Amino acid sequence: MSSALNKLTIQQAHDGLKKKEFSSVELTKACLARIKKRNSELNAFITVCEELALDEAKKADEMIKKKKPFDGSRSKQKMLLGIPFCVKDAICVAGARSTGAAKILDNYIPPFDATAIKKIREQGAVLLGKNNCDAFGHGPSNENSMYGPVKNPYDLTKVAGGSCGGSAAAVADNMCIFSIAEDTGGSIRQPASFCGVVGLRPSYGRNSRYGIMPMASSLDTVGPMTKTVEDAAILMEIMAGRDERDATTVGDKSIKSVKSIKNLRVGVPREYFESEGMDKEVKKIVEKKIKSVETHRNASIKIIDVSLPMTKYAIPVYYIIVPSEDSSNLGRLDGIRYGVRAEADNLYDVYAKSRAVGFPEEVKRRIMIGTYALSAGYYDAYYRKAQKVRTLIIQDFNRVFEQVDILLTPVSPFPAFGIGEKKDDVLAMYLADVFVGPAAVAGLPAISVPAGKTKAGLPVGLQIIGPRLREDLVLKFASLCEKTK
Amino acid sequence: MARLELNEKEKKMYAEQLSVVLDYVEMLNEVNTDGVEETCQVTGLEDVVRSDKVEECPPDVEEKIIGNFPEKLGNLLKVRAVFSEET
Repeated sequence: MSSALNKLTIQQAHDGLKKKEFSSVELTKACLARIKKRNSELNAFITVCEELALDEAKKADEMIKKKKPFDGSRSKQKMLLGIPFCVKDAICVAGARSTGAAKILDNYIPPFDATAIKKIREQGAVLLGKNNCDAFGHGPSNENSMYGPVKNPYDLTKVAGGSCGGSAAAVADNMCIFSIAEDTGGSIRQPASFCGVVGLRPSYGRNSRYGIMPMASSLDTVGPMTKTVEDAAILMEIMAGRDERDATTVGDKSIKSVKSIKNLRVGVPREYFESEGMDKEVKKIVEKKIKSVETHRNASIKIIDVSLPMTKYAIPVYYIIVPSEDSSNLGRLDGIRYGVRAEADNLYDVYAKSRAVGFPEEVKRRIMIGTYALSAGYYDAYYRKAQKVRTLIIQDFNRVFEQVDILLTPVSPFPAFGIGEKKDDVLAMYLADVFVGPAAVAGLPAISVPAGKTKAGLPVGLQIIGPRLREDLVLKFASLCEKTK
Repeated sequence: MARLELNEKEKKMYAEQLSVVLDYVEMLNEVNTDGVEETCQVTGLEDVVRSDKVEECPPDVEEKIIGNFPEKLGNLLKVRAVFSEET
């Protein structure tokens, strides 16, 4: 069995460790062996912490031997003890180099854990390393990483998606048991769809963002990328909750409060299927999946056609609000207190040169768009206008959630595209987020679950969007969708 | 304001790309937003406060923060002069 330990889910690994079928060191070594075999090809990791991982695994094994960490109710058990995981590089982890996939932080070792990671590590999870991503989460293809693109495990000529391409590829290729990632406008869901794994963007405010490299503060969320919906729920229970260090966090922890999803009214918004550039095969796979859910024997699901007419405005809203907040947040990266400082004679040149060599093109584009959109005279026309349209997008969802309990849509209009295919077309790249942007702009929870594969063998995801703070409903329903064929 | 050094070739490339993006977002002008409130945040939380207490920074964390300084003199962060004689 030991050769396949890396393929286990959190629940399976937990059960195996509990029954002493294998040790955490064996489990960790299986993941490290897979990383060694595959990372040079996939490029899913920027940093691998082999020594640290084995050390943490040894400690976990000692704890399993001496204490009783698995006793008691599930909320008291150390569910993650001894389980190897990885983290998107734009999230700070104490003692592990965290570059955010940009050279300006090439040598940065955070002195602290992000709150979400602290909670995971307090459970005794074993850190394997840091996942490649688009620099600071900017992009849907992982090609904006200064450490090279991540390749799709299903086809090495295709992108893994972005921004969390490394996390998605690592989970899909069984280089880890799970990964913790970050979703601002689709960064968890879209790569999850491209790589055939489960990826949950929680409601805005559900999990603390303290310690993530902030991108767009009014949209950023931290969420899990896993092999099953059950695993995503386990991680959400651990990460969710109020944090003094993130004033947007809500205290309510009802991740699993819903008991039954019988007689659920499920909305299918037509705008998500009539979009320009929609791949016919993707449309068919998603429609077939929805049909399979509808006809599921015990669920009595009612599918209802709905309309979200503001859908097409989510991307233009996104590409004003996000670069604006990006440009402000990235002001802290100037080569002064940490990171890589360029040689220059005066202070201004230190800033300008450090940022010129330390940021990739997309980061620079966003800083320029954002600085422009926020500048005096343009603020009303761009940022304020976008914030008003954002209100209308939220109202659009509120109205639909009076008719239905949950929404089903595709995650992406197309399967994973070729590496380099969209690289020079900025707008085409931005439009890849057309179906994942709206829920992000509205702060809603949304998950990507595998729906099927194209004839060429590329995974396609189904997106489930729920009302705010209804992760319980989203997860319960996702688990049903996971089961239907 | 963006504090980015750009060469002439880059300036031309970004000018073209940014025009495309700015033209695209113009489509928001199709939407009538008269009387619509702006959304600055979606949580509805108000007046989130915490107690105003100083937390000590553990010495090992302090050491790590200093360890990340790009240039230092002892435990001090070294930077270029803020004011120069010419300005």
